[in-house]
Amino acid sequence: MGSNCKHDCLDLSFPATQARASDGIATLSARLAAHGLPESKADDVKIALAEAINNVVEHAYAGIAPAEVQIDCCLCKDKLEIRITDTGSPMPDMRLPGGAPAPVDTRLQDLPEGGFGWHLIRQLASDIRYERRDDGNLLWLQFDFNELP
Amino acid sequence: MGLSSDLTGETQIISVHCDRIDAAMAIQFKEDMRAETQTDAKRVVLDLSAVEFIDSSGLGAIVASMKQLEDGRRLDLAGLRPIVEKVFRLTRMDTVFRLFASLEDALNIGAD
Repeated sequence: MGSNCKHDCLDLSFPATQARASDGIATLSARLAAHGLPESKADDVKIALAEAINNVVEHAYAGIAPAEVQIDCCLCKDKLEIRITDTGSPMPDMRLPGGAPAPVDTRLQDLPEGGFGWHLIRQLASDIRYERRDDGNLLWLQFDFNELP
Repeated sequence: MGLSSDLTGETQIISVHCDRIDAAMAIQFKEDMRAETQTDAKRVVLDLSAVEFIDSSGLGAIVASMKQLEDGRRLDLAGLRPIVEKVFRLTRMDTVFRLFASLEDALNIGAD
């Protein structure tokens, strides 16, 4: 992803547990705002970032001891690039999940209680890339600022 | 996790005193909601005005909270901040719940 911008970078890593992820997402969102992430994009970034990090906690480290999740953010004039890395299990079939929306046109008792995460990420991020590399996962999320909200 | 409940006539208002409902507290939220909603209230309104963030696990816990209400009672939501409302809209859950800008709006409209 782009190296042709003057990077204003920040990073954070924490053990991949739900409690640490919850605090980490709040910390990172506050730091991104302080570094000048446009207010109009702040909510989109926070929602997608939380889903991506929660996926690492819930899936990549499912059934194994949770190690670190590392998040590197580079804020450019016209975009934000986020790289999330972990040393957990690969994504199913080594690729990004589809992200079909969970159906809500159902009876009350059939309403979905999960399966929203990738649908949210795919709606909010401008670009998403995934690679399995060196026994770890790399997920890139890009948010362009020039789009109308 | 910090819920308080107030019964006014046939309406129960449950207020969330927590700045986020996310994966770290989704299970606790659902259990606390189960305990709080063991009442005869015909309508339950959840006041989310203090909630600054919700993720898909928190959303799932709110859906579960409605499903576990007895007698098919609905759960109405009030006081959603823009980021919370956005999660409901993007998942189309805004078509499942009745959303009110404020608790006052929710109470003025009443149950159906």
